[in-house]
Amino acid sequence: MNRRPLLAGALLALTLRPAAATPEDEAAALRAFTGGAALREGRVALDIPPLVENGNTVPLKVTVQSPMTAADHCTAIALFNEKNPQPQVITARFGPRAGRAELATHMRLATSQKILAVAAMSDGSFWSTSAEVIVTLAACIES
Amino acid sequence: MARVLLNLPRSAAKGAVIEIRTLIMHPMESGFRPGMNGSILPRDIITRFRCSYNGEEVFRAELSPAIAANPFISFTTVATESGTLSFTWEGDNDFRQTETRDIAVT
Repeated sequence: MNRRPLLAGALLALTLRPAAATPEDEAAALRAFTGGAALREGRVALDIPPLVENGNTVPLKVTVQSPMTAADHCTAIALFNEKNPQPQVITARFGPRAGRAELATHMRLATSQKILAVAAMSDGSFWSTSAEVIVTLAACIES
Repeated sequence: MARVLLNLPRSAAKGAVIEIRTLIMHPMESGFRPGMNGSILPRDIITRFRCSYNGEEVFRAELSPAIAANPFISFTTVATESGTLSFTWEGDNDFRQTETRDIAVT
């Protein structure tokens, strides 16, 4: 087996590491979602393990307190991170037919960082919560 | 065709909120990883997921490279009438797959 490509790959992996998203990137992504509206704390619960062994698959669940009626429902849940290569994670759109404003998925974490969950309501308000996550094995960048 | 796992009840009471869990086998290549020869592997991810209930959209999500391989998405919907739920995944390289499941509402 030729080890040279492996070595070259490892060296390039060290030199070509893409810059992580900056807090400004996250703020820009957040602005694109909220349209500049202010975030209020509360109504959103983000369930994510505080200590993650493998950043390649991190289970998480977002639950929003909302009656989910035609007049008053959660229209979207968006997740943002601050240190992955890109700030966006997932944006889910809901209607009153969702029944409950709940979203569960698995995400990647490049490093220990803060995850921000934002919920958009049908009355135009935005609610948020965040969680600090410590990651021991990173994802996204390493091969 | 990618393998898909769909977990939802076959029957439900009218008005009940049912939980739907979906998983599709997909590498979700992030576009940030170097390959064996050191060059960055091109991005190949699923970008959109949609669920419609008898033709009407009930849930939609936009995915990014930060979603883990074999994307798992779980959400809920109200069982309104008997019919068909259809799930569509769309992504890079013209990836597109649709699965359907029937549900009986009593």
